[in-house]
Amino acid sequence: MTRRLATVLLGLCAAGFLAAPAFAQSPDNSPDSPAARESRWQDLEKTVFHGKTAAPSNGVVTLDAPNRAEDAALVPMTVTIKPADKVKALWLIIDDNPMPVAAHIVFGPAADPREMKFRVRVNDFTNVHAVAQLQDGSLVEDAKFVKASGGCSAPMGQSEGEALKGIGEMRLKFARPVQPGVPVEAKLMLRHPNFNGMQMNQLTRLYTPARYIDKVTVRDGDTKVFDMDSGISLAANPVLSFGLVPRSSGSLTVEVSDSSNTLWRRDFDILRMTD
Amino acid sequence: MSRATAFDMTRRAFGAGLCLCCLPSLARAENFSLEEVAPSVFIRRGVDAEADAANLDGIANIGFIVGEKSVLVTDSGGSLADGRLLRRMIRDKTDRPISHVVLSHGHPDHFFGAGAFLDEKPVFIGHSRLPEALTMRGEFYRKRLVGLLGESDVGPVVMPTKLVKEQTEIDLGGRRIVLTAHQPAHTTSDLSMLDTSSGLLLPADLLFVGRIPPLDGSLSGWIGQLEAVRKQNYGPTVPGHGPARVDFGPASAALLRYLTTLRDGVRAEIDSGGSIEHAMRHVGQSERANWKLFDDYNQRNVAEAFSELEWQ
Repeated sequence: MTRRLATVLLGLCAAGFLAAPAFAQSPDNSPDSPAARESRWQDLEKTVFHGKTAAPSNGVVTLDAPNRAEDAALVPMTVTIKPADKVKALWLIIDDNPMPVAAHIVFGPAADPREMKFRVRVNDFTNVHAVAQLQDGSLVEDAKFVKASGGCSAPMGQSEGEALKGIGEMRLKFARPVQPGVPVEAKLMLRHPNFNGMQMNQLTRLYTPARYIDKVTVRDGDTKVFDMDSGISLAANPVLSFGLVPRSSGSLTVEVSDSSNTLWRRDFDILRMTD
Repeated sequence: MSRATAFDMTRRAFGAGLCLCCLPSLARAENFSLEEVAPSVFIRRGVDAEADAANLDGIANIGFIVGEKSVLVTDSGGSLADGRLLRRMIRDKTDRPISHVVLSHGHPDHFFGAGAFLDEKPVFIGHSRLPEALTMRGEFYRKRLVGLLGESDVGPVVMPTKLVKEQTEIDLGGRRIVLTAHQPAHTTSDLSMLDTSSGLLLPADLLFVGRIPPLDGSLSGWIGQLEAVRKQNYGPTVPGHGPARVDFGPASAALLRYLTTLRDGVRAEIDSGGSIEHAMRHVGQSERANWKLFDDYNQRNVAEAFSELEWQ
């Protein structure tokens, strides 16, 4: 077995620490109050969307996230979009993370945007927003409150060298055999520690320098499936599930680059894949 | 004296600047009773709870083995305060020097007691990968524990002074203890011990009994290590958590059942294209009634297992 780095811990273990303290009602002036959270979101919204605001989604975009994340360094989140053809782009924003935009995705003609799955880190109790941009340019959003903490600063259980083993390895899996023109769900697995710059080596007292995946592009032949900009909020060894309407090219090209300007590229012969 | 009261008094005594060794009667708090699980092998059973200020993180099974010349501490305890209670108990039983303190792996409920033994100048023994684990996480664990117990009861992260890469033997005087370093299983730094004179196995957290085991090393590795140890047909055993003494066969079979349920359930999800979320909600639920603290750890175990197995 290749050692995964998901050993990125979070205060758990037989040690017997639960990640999240009991959530208490906060007074209105506390940074943890719903009003304060909403005000932080409005600031974020202004910055990320250049002054535009997102309307309640009315079911166009739906975010599914756990109320209480059992593993703050590996929190699965699913965004569903309905009807899929109305949407051009998608943002997943973890309001109170140090780098809130976990992912920004721009869909291309070969995408089937009805569902995307992410695995992210959650550093504190926070609202999480999924924002979709419709074809007319307007924005709609759905939000969930997630109780988890320490997902960013939790130290890894292994050395940096161990964590970097196999960096850049990619796997692609399909729910069923690929046929041109038939929408199919794909799972893209990337081996990368996604060092977020907040994990301290406890002996040297130095932080492991940030090194994280900042761009992923997926093409079917020459046709764009999606482009994703990402940051330190993606979990180590990120896994993304996305929908694809395969063209007849038979070749899916994935390019991944990270913040140290390393680029990895792989072509998958998708019509012949059995996995 | 009730447990809580004993601890309250102990804590007040600390607050008043008294050290525990001045208070042997308090140190005999009810929840610090020792069980002689084999001749001259004494174990304190940890409570099946999360660490808190009342239990001083005394949640693991810890204890000591007395030889003709010296004493080996099998695991040191979950905090400085827990380690001090253990040291007091050792001194109630014997004056022989404490020559060795075992740090069975890199989890705080096992190693934070080590600070209580520093001035006895024992050899601190750990797996060859324990320094890496303590370096990466020790201070993080310390801060979290300080948040629960307060600074004075937690103590320092003590590094091992002797490393075991494969196997090593220690002679306590007429009593040989064999220590074995394992491949990643419960954690990446698991040591087990065998007391050759009594045949008693001390696998530390490679064996959990009744309390759900947290997965922090390798699921496949843990299953493999357990299967290998089971072939040796060990009998009386001190698990890392659970009763102070169990029979290795049935106890390890129950743990193996949980771990294989986890593995097979997660593999089935992966093979059928299932998601990690779905797996976290469903895998392992048939084991729910068999383990204390199940809901606190099972989902995390599933997520760990999923992210390990999907790359295989």
